[in-house]
Amino acid sequence: MLAAAKMDEYSNRPGKMHPKKFSLMLLIVGMTMLFLGLTSAFLVREAEGNWLHFDLPTEFIYSTVAVLISSASMFFALRSAKQDNLISVSIGLAITLVAGLSFVYLQYAGFNDLASRGIYFSPANGSAGGLVSGSFVIMFVALHLLHLLGGIVFVAVVLVKSLLSQVHKKNTLSISMCNTYWHFVGVLWIYLYLFLYFAPQF
Amino acid sequence: MSNDHGHHKQSFISKYVFSMDHKMISKQFLITGIIMGVIGVSMSILFRLQLAWPETSFPILNWLFGDQWAPEGRLDSGFYMGLVTIHGTIMVFYVLTAGLSGTFSNLLIPLQVGARDMASPFMNMLSYWFFLLSSIVLMSSMFVATGPASGGWTIYPPLSALAKAMPGSGVGMTLWLVAIILFIVSALLGGINYISTVLNMRTKGMSMNRMPLTIWAFMLTAILGLLSFPVLLGGGLLLMFDRLAGTSFYLSDIFLGGGVGALEQTGGSPILFQHLFWFLGHPEVYIIIMPAFGITSEVIAVNARKPIFGYTAMIISLIGISVLSFLVWGHHMFITGMNPLLGTIFLVMTLIIAVPSAVKTFNYLATLWKGSIRFTNGMMFAIGLVSLFITGGLTGIFLGNAALDISLHDTYFVVAHFHLVMGSSAIFGMMAGIYHWFPRMFGRTMNKTLGYIHFWLTFISAYMVFFPMHFQGLAGVPRRYYSFNILPEFAPWLDVNVFITLAAILGGVAQIIFLYNFFSSIFAGEKAVQNPWQANTLEWTAPVEHLHGNWPGEIPTVYRWPYDYSLPDADEDFIPQNVPDKGSSEEIHVAPVTPETSDAKEPKEDNVMLFTLVKNWLGLGKA
Repeated sequence: MLAAAKMDEYSNRPGKMHPKKFSLMLLIVGMTMLFLGLTSAFLVREAEGNWLHFDLPTEFIYSTVAVLISSASMFFALRSAKQDNLISVSIGLAITLVAGLSFVYLQYAGFNDLASRGIYFSPANGSAGGLVSGSFVIMFVALHLLHLLGGIVFVAVVLVKSLLSQVHKKNTLSISMCNTYWHFVGVLWIYLYLFLYFAPQF
Repeated sequence: MSNDHGHHKQSFISKYVFSMDHKMISKQFLITGIIMGVIGVSMSILFRLQLAWPETSFPILNWLFGDQWAPEGRLDSGFYMGLVTIHGTIMVFYVLTAGLSGTFSNLLIPLQVGARDMASPFMNMLSYWFFLLSSIVLMSSMFVATGPASGGWTIYPPLSALAKAMPGSGVGMTLWLVAIILFIVSALLGGINYISTVLNMRTKGMSMNRMPLTIWAFMLTAILGLLSFPVLLGGGLLLMFDRLAGTSFYLSDIFLGGGVGALEQTGGSPILFQHLFWFLGHPEVYIIIMPAFGITSEVIAVNARKPIFGYTAMIISLIGISVLSFLVWGHHMFITGMNPLLGTIFLVMTLIIAVPSAVKTFNYLATLWKGSIRFTNGMMFAIGLVSLFITGGLTGIFLGNAALDISLHDTYFVVAHFHLVMGSSAIFGMMAGIYHWFPRMFGRTMNKTLGYIHFWLTFISAYMVFFPMHFQGLAGVPRRYYSFNILPEFAPWLDVNVFITLAAILGGVAQIIFLYNFFSSIFAGEKAVQNPWQANTLEWTAPVEHLHGNWPGEIPTVYRWPYDYSLPDADEDFIPQNVPDKGSSEEIHVAPVTPETSDAKEPKEDNVMLFTLVKNWLGLGKA
């Protein structure tokens, strides 16, 4: 097939990243711009005043821990793949998947916590005075969650591949791309958390 | 590598419809872009009828738009705004972004860097289909009961955020947003592919400093798109939430008449949208013009039979424009009550961006200087671009001045400026590209005489349409006004409007000549020879008959930059990039092959570090 032959022609060259992985990194640049744009919008709007400051839910601290654990297990899985330790690859990916799903649950719990304090996405749901800070925070978390769900699907696919013994020393492209994306969503969350945590002081 | 790329069987569907071949996808982008262009230009002529003859009844308007939008053959005022909005949207995004960049990046990047196809042919195909879907969604908004989006192509809230604000803020606006979100997905899929292909898939010997300026322009355009479109996506999402989910990112303290009363939304900031919009919006004008620059650089060098003047300066200018384009968005917002210090910063940055732009135009002129110019159709349009860009660029200096902008903002002066500097210029660049690479796309050449008629009518009409608008703007005539016979102050401009509309019709007729020439030449044009313009770049080394994989055998190796024209010691006045220097071919040819052969036995290395890549791009890596 042309596509496969073509890829070999290029990816075998020394000093060249696989075009697919490079494309993923470009996609990550685009996603980063989306969040940089939105967090800049947050700052511009915050500076105009009429802004409700509120504490972030405690659940978000736990979800940050979950994301750190998942990143560590993902790193472990990639290293195991490079060492041809196939069982460890699957274990690492499974831990990542569980930690990722826990993250999703914790974010959901965080939304409930916010709602219990009267902070909703839209004023139609009764948020006090229609202040927009709650909308921003919930939008950031939800948009990040959407990106993380993509990552969970990716991890699940690679996990299935690893269970079929298709992820090993000579075939690391999928796990390497999965690793890059997963660390990206992890770092993105830590950025968002720190940004929102320190935002009142900006 | 097997040599059978061109010989695998393809069904009609996989060859012409769901094609993953970059050359076919480029034709799909071009044809769709041309169709959208015809719609966009026709709309402008129709609303210009209203401006020139506001009291006259035109049965064609009633026939086209029915009693609701053109009662008694006169455009409804709301629908007039809808036409203006959709015209702007189509021309900016669908013709000059996707139609121009999509066509020529797709066609030329793999062919000129020496690649078999894009990094991901599948993503490339998706990019086109998202674009087509986006075009269909946008056009479908013309058929909804409340009409298309009509708040201007910049869709400022609150008009765009409040479905109840006016008919055009209803479903039409939602469809506009959906269309643009699909468009952004298409642009990102395409852009990622373009960058990845240029940086990772160049053939042997094609170092960055041997790349044609077209490729530099397409790559930097894609980088601009990758960095700016996601921000518009963010802005668009917030607008969507305001419209559909009841949030108030952009809405605040609004009281609607007609029994609606005060809105629930408070605390939003409409200016916030302008920041997010123009953070894309300004780079967007460079996303439009930079591919046209790239095409012009190539076409002018080939047809002046001279090396492009200041190759490195051209690249530095493109990079300079790319960086600065992210730092000037505020000049669209001088009258929003911006802090004067901030306004001054944007003013200074805006004036600085004139420097790389001027470097480019001077380099074009210097390339033309004492060249043995061949006035092909492509060359005429390329020179036309230089003319229109200079004329339009000069008024940018007026508009970039915060103090002058207070009186010029939202007048016809702005309309004249951007239609010349990035509208007509980019169209001329696109036309230059179409005439120049038509033989590469379709294996035939376009009719030269019809091309000349097309050029002169378009060139003359472009100036006749947009030049008088400067005077209207200086006199304070606002843009987007529906009728010039309501206020007596505007009465003197009615005659000018008649003149402009007649010129616009002339320009429209010229495009019919182009359409005839284009479509008839696809089937009946003169058969093209292998390298009709005697150009140096690699696309002319690929066979005229299209092969999926571009070259039947090995991909050519590159030994020189693409602008070796009229070298004093050479036998001919051009030396293609794949021709080695006399006596040194052996040495250059062998060196890159050896490591590749030995490397093929090793497992693939997927984890090349980023700094290694950057080192390689900069030419600092191991040979």
